Formats: sequence, structure tokens, C-alpha cells
Amino acid sequence: MQVAKGLLYSKDHEWVKCEGASIKIGITDFAQDKLGDVVFVEVPSLDDQLIQGEPFTVVESVKAVSEIIAPIDGTIVAVNDRLEDSPELINEDCYGQGWIVSVEPQDEEYVDNLMTDQEYEIYLKEV
Amino acid sequence: MVHTLVHTSLYQEHLALHAKMVDFHGWTMPMEYTSIMAEHRCVRESVGIFDLSHMGELLVTGSDGVTAMNALVANDISVLAPGQIQYNFLLTKSGGIIDDILVYRIPEGLYLVVNASNTTKDYQWIIEHTSGDIQIRNITLATALIAIQGPNSLAVLEKTLQQPFSHLAYYGFCDVDWGGVQIRVSRTGYTGEDGFELYLAHVDAPALWVELLVNGAEFAIAPIGLGARDTLRLEMGMPLYGNEITEETTPLEAGLERFVKFSKANFFGKKSLLAQKKQGIKRRLVGLELQGRGIPRAGYPITDGETVIGQVSSGSISPMKGKGIALGYVQTAYAVSGSQVYIKIRSDFVAAKVIKGRIVQNNKRR
Repeated sequence: MQVAKGLLYSKDHEWVKCEGASIKIGITDFAQDKLGDVVFVEVPSLDDQLIQGEPFTVVESVKAVSEIIAPIDGTIVAVNDRLEDSPELINEDCYGQGWIVSVEPQDEEYVDNLMTDQEYEIYLKEV
Repeated sequence: MVHTLVHTSLYQEHLALHAKMVDFHGWTMPMEYTSIMAEHRCVRESVGIFDLSHMGELLVTGSDGVTAMNALVANDISVLAPGQIQYNFLLTKSGGIIDDILVYRIPEGLYLVVNASNTTKDYQWIIEHTSGDIQIRNITLATALIAIQGPNSLAVLEKTLQQPFSHLAYYGFCDVDWGGVQIRVSRTGYTGEDGFELYLAHVDAPALWVELLVNGAEFAIAPIGLGARDTLRLEMGMPLYGNEITEETTPLEAGLERFVKFSKANFFGKKSLLAQKKQGIKRRLVGLELQGRGIPRAGYPITDGETVIGQVSSGSISPMKGKGIALGYVQTAYAVSGSQVYIKIRSDFVAAKVIKGRIVQNNKRR
């Protein structure tokens, strides 16, 4: 299972990538593999609030509906519209074109509850 | 209770093919090998191979076997000649469906193929509700079932077993010898495509599996998991036990009256079904195709725009159409092709059209 270097990870298998003032969020290779073919993404709305630990949208595979859990607190400042017509981007490029939202974090302490790539690799061996 | 998972004789083959294995009614079965979408298209466009060894097989023998079973099941098995197969039901006294089964007429009696989740229940039910000279044996664990389905399935089968099968009728079967291995070849399936189901002894299954895959390579064969099996049957509007049909639903409500023979002197559940037929059913199983975005799932409410008029029993995406499709029960007034209904998906009401019969048109071989 691929773990991208330099990103932060949540226990719910989301990744977080700092890009200047905003933060991109997506699901990990482990998560997309577990889901199987992603066939529907409910693209959230701009300005929606994310509350860490609470679901903010759903991704559906052929066989199941999966809630995506917010890895940090923040406000959505950009959404990946391409997922509406091409949900398979999550399978094909989960750390790149398959990003889901971009968020302005509520504070700078968000990193405290997240794992580094090395920590996430160890975590994956345990689950 | 100790919960042990049963492996089929093809378990090692699935692991070698990197299948994602799941617990399915006590059996460890492949959910998918590569991708449900790709496997689904493979069956529609070329040919797929399935391990269905979890399905139950019951052998009914004895001089009263056929008549005793005919007094139990809803369809009429007295019309079957050896080599013919019939779709049939075991019903409760109130007409609810205990199981939907395939009945194979063999010279020594009947060979029943039943749902994995119902094998023990069916076996008990038959023992308790038949009498006379009848013996029932549950041969599930000794029997493997490999299905090949899709437009190229005939070519793969003929190349592998080295004999013609084009003469074999739909819902017909024959027993063949494959280098000393006995195989029951049945022209049946659960995909809507031309295809075959092959029954053989557990120990012989790996050799046949490998041989079919090798011979199928030039016909673009791929192994198919239970995930695509479900989307394939859903596109065809075929019911799944536990979802569309249960002990709480009758064949009339499920739109399967053609498999119920009221002309028979008696069968278990006949009185209740006749009463329901006279009164008229209140709900009917229909196919649904979404017009907007979203994927319907079992349990989602169906409305007429204002009030709830039914519920989804199975839902997914159609890999061939790229649209949400479903089966569900609706009030009879809405069970008309083209009826406009809405499916409640989370907080949205997504428009859907009622479709009777196949939800997606396929190769029309079957």
C-alpha cells in the first residue's frame, strides 16, 4: 500500500497536505483500495465547516457508502469538481488528482492529532 | 457458538489471483479480484469464471421423492424430463418465500440447488414436510460449482471439455466425463448472459478451474467475484434471496407468478397465495433507474414526491449505464413501466423511472 511522503495522516485514512495557507484533504491508498471502484462522490459545498472527527461528505463504491471523516477543523475554500464526473480519480490518483477538498484550518494546532507518513505506515501494519 | 469459516476447494486459487476475500454466510468467498466494474464488463463483453461452491446442493431420491417434493414446491416438477431444470420456490404456509431454488430432474430423483444462506433451513424444511419413501442428502460440502458466463462462455467450455454444447437448451443440463472427472454441465446462470454452471466433486474443482482459465485466455476470460455477480443480476432485475425475496414476501408480490402453478392439486402455501391473488397484491417488486445523480441502496424510501410509497430492496450503480439502478417494492398503483417516483438518498429526493423486467438491456442471449 502506497503512503505518500511528506503528508499528514488521520486514523480514518485521510491525508492532509499543507499548501500555503490552505490544506488539501483526500483519502489514502489504503482507503481507496478497501473501497474498491469509487463510483460516486458527494462533492461538498464551499464554506462548509469541517469538524475534526465528524463526517463531512460521502464517497460511494459499487458496494458501499463510506463517510469521509474530517481530519481537522476548518472551512472549505475549494472543492474538486472533477470528482462529480470522474469519481474514479480517487482510485487512480488518490494523493493527486483525487483530492476532495481544500480547507482553511481553524488554527495551527491541527497537526497535533495527525500522523507523519512514517507513523501512518506503522499504523497501517496494526490495522 | 463456534464460528468457523468454510473454504471452497478453490480458496488457494483465489489467493493466488489476489482476490479480496469476504465472509459470506459462513463461507470465505472472493468479493473482487481486480475491480467490480471491470469484472462486470468482462462478463457482458467476453466471459467470466466464478467460484459458486458455497451454493447448496441437495439430492432427493426414493420412489416417492418426486411426488412428495411436488406437493411441497410451487412450480410443477411433474412436467420435467431428465435433463431439464426448473426455477422453483419453497413457500411457508402463508405463501412467504423460504427459498428460491433450481430443480434438476435426474433419473434417480431430483438435484436441488439452493441459496448458501438457506441450505440447512431448506434441508430441514424438506425433511419435516415430506413423507413416504424419500431420502434427502445435503451434498454441499462435497460439491464444487464453477460458473462461466458471458458471450464467449460456449467457446471456452467446448475447448475445455472437448465436446459440443451448442445443442444444450437453456435450463437444460447433461452429465459429461472429462478424463475420468464427472461434470454436470448446466446452461443456467445469474447474469443474463449465455453461460454454464458446472457441478463436480470438490477435489476435482481446482484442475477444471485452471483449465478453464488457460483455455479462456484467448477469449479474454477473467475471474469474477461476488461483487460483480450482484451488479450483473441487478441489471437483469433478478431477485436476490434476503433482499427482494424473503419469508415476508410472496412470489406474487415479487412478480414471479409464472413460476407458481395454481393448476396443481396442492402445494405448500397455495391457499394463502390464492387468497392474496383474489384480494390483489398491495405492493409489487419493480426495477428503478435513477434520472439524477446518486446511488440507491437497500432500505432507502421510495416516494411519489410527497408520501412514501415503497422501499429499495437492492441498489447499486449499473456499470453498463453508469447510472444508479435499484429493485424495490412499491404500492401496486406505481408498478407501471415509466411511472415517475423519487428515491430518498440522504437528504435528497432523486427522480427515478419504474422499469419492469430487465433494468438494463444486454446481449439478449438470455
